[in-house]
Amino acid sequence: MKIIPYCLLLFLGVGAFAQDTTDLLSLIPTAKPQKEFVYNAFKSPRVIMTHSMEMLRAGVLDFRILHRFGRINGGAYEFFGLDGPATVRLGLDYGITNNFTVGLGRSNLNKELDGFLKYRIIHQATGPRAKPFSLVAVAGSTLTTLKWADPTRQNFFTSRMAFYGQAIVGRKFSEAFSMQIVPSVVHRNLVPTAVDPNDLFAIGAGARIKLSRRISFNADYHHILNQNSAAGYYDPLSIGFDNETGGHVFQLHFTNSKGMNERAFLTNTEYTWTKGDIFFGFNISRQFQISKRKR
Amino acid sequence: MIKTTLVLLVAFFVVTSKSFAQDKFYTKTGKVNFYSKAPLEEINGKNKTATAVLDSKSGAIQFAVQMKGFEFEKQLMEQHFNENYVESDAFPRSEFRGFIDNNANINYSKTGTYTAKVKGKLTLHGVTQDVESAATIKINDGSIDASSAFNVLLSDFKISIPSLVKDKVSNSIKIVVDCNLQPLKN
Repeated sequence: MKIIPYCLLLFLGVGAFAQDTTDLLSLIPTAKPQKEFVYNAFKSPRVIMTHSMEMLRAGVLDFRILHRFGRINGGAYEFFGLDGPATVRLGLDYGITNNFTVGLGRSNLNKELDGFLKYRIIHQATGPRAKPFSLVAVAGSTLTTLKWADPTRQNFFTSRMAFYGQAIVGRKFSEAFSMQIVPSVVHRNLVPTAVDPNDLFAIGAGARIKLSRRISFNADYHHILNQNSAAGYYDPLSIGFDNETGGHVFQLHFTNSKGMNERAFLTNTEYTWTKGDIFFGFNISRQFQISKRKR
Repeated sequence: MIKTTLVLLVAFFVVTSKSFAQDKFYTKTGKVNFYSKAPLEEINGKNKTATAVLDSKSGAIQFAVQMKGFEFEKQLMEQHFNENYVESDAFPRSEFRGFIDNNANINYSKTGTYTAKVKGKLTLHGVTQDVESAATIKINDGSIDASSAFNVLLSDFKISIPSLVKDKVSNSIKIVVDCNLQPLKN
């Protein structure tokens, strides 16, 4: 009779052993969910023309070749603009930290130099202390090196300069869709006429729709709020495709702006889509890792 | 009689609790690295936060790796890895569930080094495939070192390489696992 308790005990033991689950991984308490930053809202740090909410990572150098052919409504005689005249901007952007990028560029249009500082204030993130959107601030200036139109009058070096500031509020809504709103202000030291305001304000938007893992459809647009209506300038609109292949991003697009820095396309877009004054263009972005990552 | 019962009881609990403590071994800081050797580029990704559990009684062994935990020499590699190849947002975790085929030959209570034959299923990029590999199991005093190296084909896991980067990304990927497993107390 006395053996029974021992037997029971044995069964207890067996029961415990029989819990030998097949899902061993579930025995390990899962780590607390961690704050995770959202990356790759756009394939490159530019939507097409406009700075995107995306930043270069620390130590990455981005060599950018921007190219616009002539107007496609030049017809077959001009080979739909491919005969030119073409405008080009060569640029180098560098990620100093993951949240701070600097860049320099030169355009053949107006022989203009431009430089910018771009800083990410808020980075969209999920998990604890999630952030629903990214906020990026851009400050830049441009400098034309054209000979003075009228050398007889007193010309100031500062007249060559213009400045711009932008705030980019953007969100990667899903793997397929990202969008950003971009208010801008451009200050021109010298304007053509007294009725042209020195400070121009614009509100813009950019978006991308991912069509496949490597191809996306992009668009960006700016509405200039206080443009001198007599000046004959229009709002810049660009639409196109990003194609990513290894270390390159090819951006192929159509745009009504020949200029490729912020002053040029925000204040000086002299062509309009409605008349078919559209330029075919491409941006090539090639990224190099300059400094090795610590890991 | 009561004395005997008590002794037996104590003995039982000592034995069972001891066997519980030494049954299962685990880590949350396992190393899983992979290597791609192509003519133009060598890529390696390192992950230091793999979870692994080994049940020495049954020989069952399981791994889990967060895909976003892989680190690369170049930032762009990490971006392309997550975005274009393994699609980490859609398939955040990779798992291996298997068992040591010759578990009976391994004496977990004595220090020593054994060659184990591990068989199981690897889930990567949402695709599950049978995988088989030789592993080295080293029994230390209180912990176990488990390491293994094996090759997988990306094409088996529906990860395609565009023809443009065929010379930069290899279809055959070498995976190296290195874990120090500690006793799991529960």
